[in-house]
Amino acid sequence: MKAPLSWILDLVDVPAGTTTEEITDRLTLTGLKLEAIVSPGREITGPLVIGRVLTMEPEPQKNGKTINWCTVDVGAELNAAHGTGEQSGGVGIVCGAHNFAPGDLVVTVLPGGVLPGGFEIGARKTYGHLSAGMICSARELGLGEDHDGIIVLPPDAGEPGQDVRPVLGLDEETIEFEVNPDRAYALSLRGIAREVLVSVEGASGFRDPTLRDTPAANDEGHPVVVEDAEGCPVFVARRVDGFDPAAATPDFMVQRITAAGMRPISLAVDVTNYVMLETGRPIHGYDADTLQGAIVVRRAREGEKLTTLDGTARTLDPGDLVVTDDSGIIGLGGVMGGETTEISGTTTSILVESAHWDAVSMYRTGRRHKITSEAGKRNERGVDPTICEAAADRVVELLVEHGGGTAHPGVTVVGTPPAMPVVEVAGDLAARVSGMPITEEQSVECLRAVGCDVSGSGTLSVTPPPWRPDLTDAQDFSEEVVRLVGYDKVPSVLPTPPSGRGLTRSQQLRRRVGRTLAGEGYVEVVSFPFVGEADLDALGLAADDPRRDLLRLSNPLNTEAGFMTSTLLPGILRAAGKNVGHGTTDVAIFETGTVTLPRHAGPAAILPVDRRPTDAELEALDAALPAQPLHLAVVAAGDAVAGGWWGEARPVSWSDAVDAVRSVADALGLEVTASAVELAPWHPGRCAELSVAGEVVGHAGEVHPTVCQAFGLPKRTVAAEVDLDLLIARAVHLRTAPTFSSYPVAKEDVALVVDASVPAADVETALREGAGELLESIRLFDVYTGDQVGEGKKSLAYALRFRAADRTLKEGEAAAARDAAVARAAERTGAVQRA
Amino acid sequence: MSGPNTDYDPVEVTPLKADQVEAMREAALAAIAAAADLDALKQVRLDHAGDRSPLALANREIGALPPQARKEAGQRVGQARGAVNRAIAARQTVLEAEHEERMLAEETVDVSLPTTRRRRGGRHPLTLQSELIADLFVAMGYEIAEGPVVEAEWLNFDALNLGPDHPARTMQDTFWTEPAEDHVVLRTQTSPVQARTMLTRTPPIYVVCPGRVFRTDEYDATHSPMFHQVEGLVVDKGITMAHLKGTLDHFASQLFGDDITTRFRPSYFPFTEPSAEVDVKCFVCRNIEPQSCRTCRGEGWIEWGGCGVVNPRVLVACGVDPEVYSGFAFGMGIDRSFMFRHDLEDLRPLFEGDVRFSSAFGTEI
Repeated sequence: MKAPLSWILDLVDVPAGTTTEEITDRLTLTGLKLEAIVSPGREITGPLVIGRVLTMEPEPQKNGKTINWCTVDVGAELNAAHGTGEQSGGVGIVCGAHNFAPGDLVVTVLPGGVLPGGFEIGARKTYGHLSAGMICSARELGLGEDHDGIIVLPPDAGEPGQDVRPVLGLDEETIEFEVNPDRAYALSLRGIAREVLVSVEGASGFRDPTLRDTPAANDEGHPVVVEDAEGCPVFVARRVDGFDPAAATPDFMVQRITAAGMRPISLAVDVTNYVMLETGRPIHGYDADTLQGAIVVRRAREGEKLTTLDGTARTLDPGDLVVTDDSGIIGLGGVMGGETTEISGTTTSILVESAHWDAVSMYRTGRRHKITSEAGKRNERGVDPTICEAAADRVVELLVEHGGGTAHPGVTVVGTPPAMPVVEVAGDLAARVSGMPITEEQSVECLRAVGCDVSGSGTLSVTPPPWRPDLTDAQDFSEEVVRLVGYDKVPSVLPTPPSGRGLTRSQQLRRRVGRTLAGEGYVEVVSFPFVGEADLDALGLAADDPRRDLLRLSNPLNTEAGFMTSTLLPGILRAAGKNVGHGTTDVAIFETGTVTLPRHAGPAAILPVDRRPTDAELEALDAALPAQPLHLAVVAAGDAVAGGWWGEARPVSWSDAVDAVRSVADALGLEVTASAVELAPWHPGRCAELSVAGEVVGHAGEVHPTVCQAFGLPKRTVAAEVDLDLLIARAVHLRTAPTFSSYPVAKEDVALVVDASVPAADVETALREGAGELLESIRLFDVYTGDQVGEGKKSLAYALRFRAADRTLKEGEAAAARDAAVARAAERTGAVQRA
Repeated sequence: MSGPNTDYDPVEVTPLKADQVEAMREAALAAIAAAADLDALKQVRLDHAGDRSPLALANREIGALPPQARKEAGQRVGQARGAVNRAIAARQTVLEAEHEERMLAEETVDVSLPTTRRRRGGRHPLTLQSELIADLFVAMGYEIAEGPVVEAEWLNFDALNLGPDHPARTMQDTFWTEPAEDHVVLRTQTSPVQARTMLTRTPPIYVVCPGRVFRTDEYDATHSPMFHQVEGLVVDKGITMAHLKGTLDHFASQLFGDDITTRFRPSYFPFTEPSAEVDVKCFVCRNIEPQSCRTCRGEGWIEWGGCGVVNPRVLVACGVDPEVYSGFAFGMGIDRSFMFRHDLEDLRPLFEGDVRFSSAFGTEI
């Protein structure tokens, strides 16, 4: 809400010498936050004065333009200071405009002045003259877009040389406030002035613009029938006839409406806006001559249509409140009028509607039709229902005063304002809520200051004022008391919580995972979880891939990414690609985040709020949400180990992706097994399905070259994605302390030849089983393919270490265990020991 | 070898003469001292202490002496041989040390060579900021509560006193999901975790809930459709605004520095009553001559978040008896806190995944 200071001070007095900042500081502390103090002239500095044009000589120029070489009297002092002697009795100024004549008073900026936009004025040579300043247009002063000519001041504006700022209202300050939804009353000068009254020390003399004698209702007014009294509790209609449609809006009104952020349109419209700004009550004006028969207010019927003032044809909803006459629907009540009864440039009779509308209906209609208007904004937040007659009367008064018509004697008033509820408020509630020693007397005083009617003691019976529909609960009144006592006076006291249990196990482990990967050289990234079908296509996901089942957003910012993602891969691959694009060609990143896996389990109920939902209701609520497991993804590209004086670089390999997951699993005390699988977006021959204790937890390997290309990544980029929730759930909590044998170790190496397709993991498993309990460790130290083992074969060389817990192994014991291991491997995998 | 010659005059056996033995010893010692390296010393050892060295040969002659002469000659030769062997050993030690020193000198490397073979990892600054905040509260005895980001409309709005027609719903531009009748949203605030916490725990409740939230804000330097909030909730007997103020003052001083306090301004949130905006004293200018401060743009205070006393309606919907318990809640932007704590003017680097950004913060902030 933008409120011109002069308008506020029309309605309330502050002690002499109170600065604008003092007022806004206080209002900020009591709940009307200052956004900005603006004044149209704040960017203008230096001499800006009234000048009288003494002479003007048109001088045609070669470029086809004609300029006026003028002598402008800017007062003796300034004439002497800036006159060049070329002209007498004033200063010489070249002006391109022609809408003035000798004798006119004009706005003159002299050398040394600065206009909006940092435009510095100096005496300069132009068109063969030394021009000592400029005659200004409205646009040059930042007063609007009018640049057709210069501003010609009224003859009584003042004397040459006088500062022109006050004349143009350039010094007028406008205060912009942030108004919270519960303070709808502050969307009016009336409300803001009232806040000044209760907030600023020494403020007094509040002049409520709605306190006026209004004519009593009679039968001579325009007939109005309200069929839905709940939707429209009060409807007041007044009429002005003989209005002059050509009458201009007075300057003060134009200035104030403009300063308040609205556009002046015509006197009739400007008056309704002016009164809305002043009282907070939206007013609608109809061209009375276009009305046919009685006005009827009702809910719209299915399929009814209306073209509103903004030219939009709308199909109405049965929830919309409409204003109708014999011709049909003429307005969307409280939100926007219709085209057919709009006030036009020929309107001479105006019907003024000042009605109170149900706020919820207003909110729904505004949202349904996506209309945001100044009227709607106020109506949906709640307007004082008792001021309909006063506001209408004020409109009639201003129309007659400035538009020259006469007030029709008819006064239509339908309905009565709803009564405000009486709320029981404990006298010590404000003290209990705030932790301040606020007495009941103080509470009563504050509540009365904001307009409440208070009676009783111990338990107070409080009736809020009609402009405060937001005050419905006892606790609401405590805020009124505390804000007037002062939020700045709330003491600072630390509560004493009971002993906490620290981070949960899962929270600790998630941190451990992040630290582990950072230790492994991966950098964490955060991506948006939005994804589009094209992203999944880029991953090469099959049509029936379960990751294509996505939760769709109704209102995505970007239709290309209209879903919640089911995999972290698109985001992290994109991030990796961006890094490579920026020249970080060796990149290793990780991301943890939830993914969204729809369960299609039906609606999440809107439960009641007057009681705790039952456990069953809560369970059903959770079941209706998609599954949102926490995933971990890693991507690496380029070199894993840089090349340098120490030797060659080592490029990333599919195994780095697997190992990243293994390092995380290690940190959680888990062992991961890998087996070959084909799955997008991985290379069909280089993708590992990763399992823990037989349960698949994710995948890792080299990214398919086509996918690499799609994400701007080099070939051989590697990636992994695992379900971190599964890993964390299985994490070993208490690890058993190990015991070590102090007897000597016996080492045996074996080389086994198997078919190339046999997984090394299978061979190792067989060796372990066959070796028995003497086996301490096994390590694959070489994989060989080539002539020496033959086509389609590979040689796997293992180092086995044997040791007993309780004795030194006897001669031949280790060899026997090795032979048993080899035998088992031969039996299981067809392995043949290499000679 | 000849047999004992009893007539033999020991004085006549030249090699065993005292001056001869002395000469052999002197020659040996001189050679040892002159040995420049271990190889030279090896040769000296052969020449002067070996089986065929003069002293060894002299030693053999002793047996030929008459018994009465053997002792003296034996002593003389033995002493000489001992001295030579000791000198060799001593020289050996010196030369070995010299050798090692030379070898080590030859192995000198350029220690200024680059050493980093592997990339350094790092965690995301927002993760670190969230953990830092969590730790501050855990230190006070709070616990960390969590909830889903794809949330039931009822928990994100209705349970928090934001009924279906509440104008404040439009304050938070919500991402809705399809089908609309499922009433599922991307949570617009971490506040639904408040509701979840009250629904699943019994007071006293002291929790904070850091997490991701979503609003339909176009992505620019100061807005993001996804950002991070930390919600605080306390429900206990006798909780007041003063406790809220004390907690936020403590939080602010822990995060931004000693003596950094907060300021409350009246505000409106449906789930709290009274409600306040929290400003934190600018930790750069400390509100002393703020006019030229870039961080707070001359205000002396920085908008930090919202807070208030939990609205009794919320307590009722979440099964807490407002006659017995009261509470406070607050919500701060983690991204925003990070931005002004670390002098970041444009938030977009937080979500662009450029490793140069995250790496700068390492693993702790």
